[in-house]
Amino acid sequence: MSYTFYIPGPLRELAGNRGEVRVDGRAASVADALSLLWTKYPGVRDRIITEVGEVRPHVNIFVDGESIRDAGGLQTAVEDGSEIFILPAVSGG
Amino acid sequence: MPEITYVTPRKGDVLLLVGTMKGAFLFRSNKSRKKWEMGGPYFPGSAVYAMAYDDRKGRQRLWAGPTSMHWGNVLRSSDDFGKTWSVPQEANIKFPQRTETALKNVWQILPSRHDDDTMYCGVEPAALFKSTDGGETWELVDGLWDHPQRPQWQPGGGGLCLHTILQDPKDKRRMRVAISTAGMYVSEDNGATWRPSNKGVRAEFLPDKYPEFGQCVHKVVQSRKKPQRMYLQNHWGLYRSDDRGESWKDIANGVPSDFGFAMAIHPDDADKVWIVPIESDGFRATPEGKLRVYRTKNGGKRWEPMSKGLPQENAYECVLRDAMAADALDGVYFGTRSGKVFASSNEGRKWMTVIDGLPPVVSVKAARV
Repeated sequence: MSYTFYIPGPLRELAGNRGEVRVDGRAASVADALSLLWTKYPGVRDRIITEVGEVRPHVNIFVDGESIRDAGGLQTAVEDGSEIFILPAVSGG
Repeated sequence: MPEITYVTPRKGDVLLLVGTMKGAFLFRSNKSRKKWEMGGPYFPGSAVYAMAYDDRKGRQRLWAGPTSMHWGNVLRSSDDFGKTWSVPQEANIKFPQRTETALKNVWQILPSRHDDDTMYCGVEPAALFKSTDGGETWELVDGLWDHPQRPQWQPGGGGLCLHTILQDPKDKRRMRVAISTAGMYVSEDNGATWRPSNKGVRAEFLPDKYPEFGQCVHKVVQSRKKPQRMYLQNHWGLYRSDDRGESWKDIANGVPSDFGFAMAIHPDDADKVWIVPIESDGFRATPEGKLRVYRTKNGGKRWEPMSKGLPQENAYECVLRDAMAADALDGVYFGTRSGKVFASSNEGRKWMTVIDGLPPVVSVKAARV
């Protein structure tokens, strides 16, 4: 199974300078899929997840168009071929 | 993203490390400090509350603790005066899992004065981190984190932050930290255990005005030549200690307000200190619309305004707790919440504007290259 991550500009230097990253493996949830991403690009993890394991408050993750905050959080289900967008919230700068 | 400029300091130059709410800047000048060259912005968009210069072991290393609202905080360093910065894969300051706590901000970075590889960081929520490998890896100082009074510490306007770290210049095992709002804690065993140390410091906002802890200490400085001499700018209150901070006496003699944030001490003269009085906690601006630095030359017996070259009309400015520095060249430097940076090369007798128009300045450090 594979999943496609869309990486925001500020994090691309930690993801091989790529805006789109495909990861292969088995994932039931977005947390599982993110773990696959960390395996490939470990530097991305701490920018997205705090040390208590929560998505940073001003980062939004969408799975196939739906915000995980409105679904099951990091336990939101993913499917083979899911598109996962990591986006900065409308804040800061 | 903005175009980034760089400085190339030469030996003997003075370097100002200026952290703002939206990035970091460097200002370089020679010893005369008549002209300043700017580098930056570095980390545009991130708040940089803490910067440091590490010149131990022949290093020429800058440190910064940029906090992105989106992507958190990672300590960064540069060995080429900001042309390139380290990009740690993993966040280098992390609370251990047992604390169930996430880092919010880095407020202070301090290369140890006692050896070449130890460093300290003060962070929010209030905690102290220590590195013994020159900043590669960091560990929480458990003795302070596990202090039984910690659950009663309260956040001030800037959050619950450990903003000041003072290593005693002569006693390697003695260290003092200041936390808003918890007051000061001192360790005499190299950070293993800590006790509150706020005798004589007022807590205007509590029913008990002189509690054991809970004061909102804004900044503390210590003389490196005469370590028993310390000064404290409190959330209401201006103090001096002559016993390494064990007791404090009021020295608000002739200042327009004893409220303020910033404070700097002359590195070689224990009697010379600079502050910027602020009208009140309700109106955090310089009194009468005049930007005045106050200096004492006699340990706080008398304070005098130093305003030549500073705006004296409609200047409702604020200088935050870490936005002032002094150096051994009689230099005094500070930045304002409105993005101005001022410098004096003669102890404040005359000021020049280094720049006007930065994002809000939260940190100013001075270094000699």
